[in-house]
Amino acid sequence: MQRRSILKGGAALGFATMMGGKLAFAQGLEKVKAGFIYVGPIGDGGWTFQHHQGALAVQQEYGDKVEVVWQENVPEGADAERALTQMALSGCNIIFTTSFGYMDATNAVAAKFPDVKFEHATGYKRDSANVSTYNARFYEGRAVQGHIAGKMTKTNKIGYIGSFPIPEVVMGINSYYLHAKKANPAVELSVVWAFTWFDPAKEADAAKALIDQGVDVIASHTDSTAPLAEAAKTEGKVIGFGQASDMSEYKPSPRVSSIIDNWAPYYIKRVGALLDGSYAQVDVWEGIGGGEVQIGEITDAVPADVKAEAEALRDSIGAGTYHPFTGPINKQDGSAWLAEGATAPDGELLGMNFYVEGITGDIPS
Amino acid sequence: MLGGINPAILIASLMVASVPIILAAIGELVVEKAGVLNLGVEGMMIMGAICGFVTAVATGNPYLGFLGGAVGGALLSLIFGVLTQYFLSNQVATGLALTLFGLGLSSMIGQGYNGIKPPPTGVVPLGPLSDIPALGRILFSHDWVVYASILIVAAVWAVLKYTRTGLILRAVGESHDAAHALGYKVIRIRMLAIMFGGAMAGLGGAYISLVRVPQWTDGITAGAGWIALAIVVFASWRPWRILLGAYLFGGITVLQLNLQAAGAAIPVQYLSMSPYLITILVLVIMSSGKGRASMNAPAALGQNFHASR
Amino acid sequence: MLRLEKRPSPSRFWQGATPVLAVVLTMIAGGIMFALLGKNPVEAIRTIFWDPLFNAQYASYSRPQLLVKAGPLILIATGLSLGFRAGIWNIGAEGQYIMGAIFGAGVGLALYPVETRLVFPLMIVAGIFGGWLWAMIPAILKTRFRTNEILVSLLLVYVAQNILASMALGLMKNPEGGGFPGSRNLSQIPSMANPELIPGTGLHWGVVAAIIVVIAAYIMLQRHILGFQIKLAGQAPRAARFAGVSPERLTVLCMGISGGLAGLAGLFEVTGPAGQISIDFNTGYGFTAIIVAFLGRLNPLGILLAGLLMALTYIGGELASFTLGLPSAAIQAFQGMLLFFLLAVDLLTNFRIRFGTKKEAV
Repeated sequence: MQRRSILKGGAALGFATMMGGKLAFAQGLEKVKAGFIYVGPIGDGGWTFQHHQGALAVQQEYGDKVEVVWQENVPEGADAERALTQMALSGCNIIFTTSFGYMDATNAVAAKFPDVKFEHATGYKRDSANVSTYNARFYEGRAVQGHIAGKMTKTNKIGYIGSFPIPEVVMGINSYYLHAKKANPAVELSVVWAFTWFDPAKEADAAKALIDQGVDVIASHTDSTAPLAEAAKTEGKVIGFGQASDMSEYKPSPRVSSIIDNWAPYYIKRVGALLDGSYAQVDVWEGIGGGEVQIGEITDAVPADVKAEAEALRDSIGAGTYHPFTGPINKQDGSAWLAEGATAPDGELLGMNFYVEGITGDIPS
Repeated sequence: MLGGINPAILIASLMVASVPIILAAIGELVVEKAGVLNLGVEGMMIMGAICGFVTAVATGNPYLGFLGGAVGGALLSLIFGVLTQYFLSNQVATGLALTLFGLGLSSMIGQGYNGIKPPPTGVVPLGPLSDIPALGRILFSHDWVVYASILIVAAVWAVLKYTRTGLILRAVGESHDAAHALGYKVIRIRMLAIMFGGAMAGLGGAYISLVRVPQWTDGITAGAGWIALAIVVFASWRPWRILLGAYLFGGITVLQLNLQAAGAAIPVQYLSMSPYLITILVLVIMSSGKGRASMNAPAALGQNFHASR
Repeated sequence: MLRLEKRPSPSRFWQGATPVLAVVLTMIAGGIMFALLGKNPVEAIRTIFWDPLFNAQYASYSRPQLLVKAGPLILIATGLSLGFRAGIWNIGAEGQYIMGAIFGAGVGLALYPVETRLVFPLMIVAGIFGGWLWAMIPAILKTRFRTNEILVSLLLVYVAQNILASMALGLMKNPEGGGFPGSRNLSQIPSMANPELIPGTGLHWGVVAAIIVVIAAYIMLQRHILGFQIKLAGQAPRAARFAGVSPERLTVLCMGISGGLAGLAGLFEVTGPAGQISIDFNTGYGFTAIIVAFLGRLNPLGILLAGLLMALTYIGGELASFTLGLPSAAIQAFQGMLLFFLLAVDLLTNFRIRFGTKKEAV
């Protein structure tokens, strides 16, 4: 009798646990398997490297509760779709696809695996409920760099090495120029398009071409540290910035500061949300305030007052009291873009295909 | 001048930019003169880049680094040599496989070497010479590898043209059967040529990772090896034309970047492809000139040799 | 002392046995490499060669993917093999592949949003034309000016890549794409898509075309006069000339066929698996196909098998990369090893290994 009741109780307990388990499933997962798809090698020292740092941070944060898997060098297009499907089949609960070119593949696979969460970096398509997108407001960091550049240049010539003329890059150029101009009205900007994301030798050549033209502050939107290495050869005459990763090996000069892609907080948050059950579809575009964009240490090569101004700029952007694209701003052709006090809507930024007034040259098309 | 570009600086820049291609191309020229087509230049270059980098970082000595790069390239070329010369595998396919293998292997060796700065390779102190206006900048303000690369081109030219070694090498490349009949060790000569090619490609790769872009990142050579291959044919297998071809090619790239930096309104996306188009154009002009370029190609290029008797 | 003795004709036994031997040797050498990297070698090898075909979790998906990956390789390699046999070196299939995709996609996008069944066939024609056109440049320069075709075709790859980038950023940019680079997704437009024909098989028009081309090439080489001419030109160029084979005509023909097929592969890829014209839509199929052509000994059936084997190492490598955390570089090196061994053991097909010192021929 007693035994039976125990059994009964046991059954009841079992049932309760089962229900609890089911509830717990709705609330969150016991263990999460997170997958990451990288466009380059982890050893690129920039874009992919930083995403991988984020992945490792997830592992560190949750220990046994997560299993992190990744695949590097996944070409965009057909191969991405396969890599994603195989990861989903392997039991991943959440998959981060870390390049714009994965957009269609991510949405296609997400439609087939409604139970798996997909997170696409820098894209805008969220065709099914299990696709979220995330991006970082790198232009906020460009504003800080622009200020430093305007203050630091002695020749009044600053340079920018662009990869491809896409909105992301154009946005950065505009932000950089606007704030350099604000700090130093005499400043002139030279833009060199490398038409590659990664070709260290060509990036070095581009930096050299800028330096030969008298440019003494170089920002770059390509992946390698080659422009900094080139600047380092000038023995302090030319400075530059770390891009994507801190590139601290070039401290204190030529690397006087950097924009660090810091994906760790977002990755930790999303995996955490899956664990505690609070996960929901999002479209996130965080910047300095959210910690996704970090400004690497401003070194002593920058005078203390400039450093203080740059940090104040950083903090006001971070606090949301200042938007780097605040009117009045005209387009390159002189037509009005933003009225006094108006800030740029996100939609216009994401599709930005024009230079602001004062930048010379055309965007190649 | 052109939108405020200083020609002296431009020439000095393109001389530096061309060094890796010159080295790799002059090595491949010797290989092809011996009748072997090694398409694995890119793989050997990147092996040279990582081996040179690792050696330089470990020893703190850039000179040893270059040596390490040459050895790394030569070792990789040995795989190609053994396969094509002893196992008689197809040279085109083996060369392509060599590139694949080299890219993978270099990346594995390089793990943990990201974000490290190699010891600097200084400019050769030429004292007052480097202060001569224009000329000083163009000729007397470079690191030693720039001078070495030109000397190597001169040496290859002299050896091929005036020495017995050069004669034997060319004989092997023209007709291995005839060379064999004359008692020359065809396979051994070709192996040595392949290793020389590997060493030069390795040296060129090391120049990229130690001087041009002093750092290691995966895939750092980014296609320079393929350009080197193109330059060899462009030069119609003549050493001095390698120099010309590499300067022309490097010059156009450097010039278009400089024009952009100077703010000249140029159609960038078309200029990016201009070095290739101009190379093709020059090639056509040269080869149409009574077919001299094609006549200069080693007759036994790409054919394997097996002494059946 | 070892020495080699040429066989009067290739050994039938070794023709079949060498690939197996090569794979075994690669497993051993690759296993050692994986062990050095601190991974379980048996597990790594099993993941690469076994899992894509038989793993319960993936195989139903991965197996058809073999066809998707092998399709373009086989299509391009078969075309290239014809030229290679005749001593015509088209190294620039990658560029022709890109141009095929651009021309094909261009026609489709120009007609957008026309929805008739005729659009796709038109795009196919345009794709073949694009690849053919790009191959005609080196072909005509070769026949007119004796310009080296290896070099010109290779250089044109870079030109094609630049055109591709400017197309993705300019002319073909999706007008509804919010300013981002890349064309409309062709695989999502019914009249232009190259879909999976039978669900779960991976079979799309590109794979069908690859199979047809392999059969056609096989028959041509065996039966047709052109096949004979190609073989003759490669083995005995002078004899071919006496036999009335025009080297110019053969060059134009072989370059044209290989270019057209590469363009076709590009078109099927851009309308199917890849989906759109993007800055780096090409993923090296044109170069890998050269290796596939030689691994298949320039024989259509061999190419079919070589293409599938190559695809297996790609897909298995991907699986190994994320299930075991193997760096993609290790996979690349592993593939390189496989190729080395395949190329090396091929020796046994054409030669006998004899022990003892060299004797005068009897």
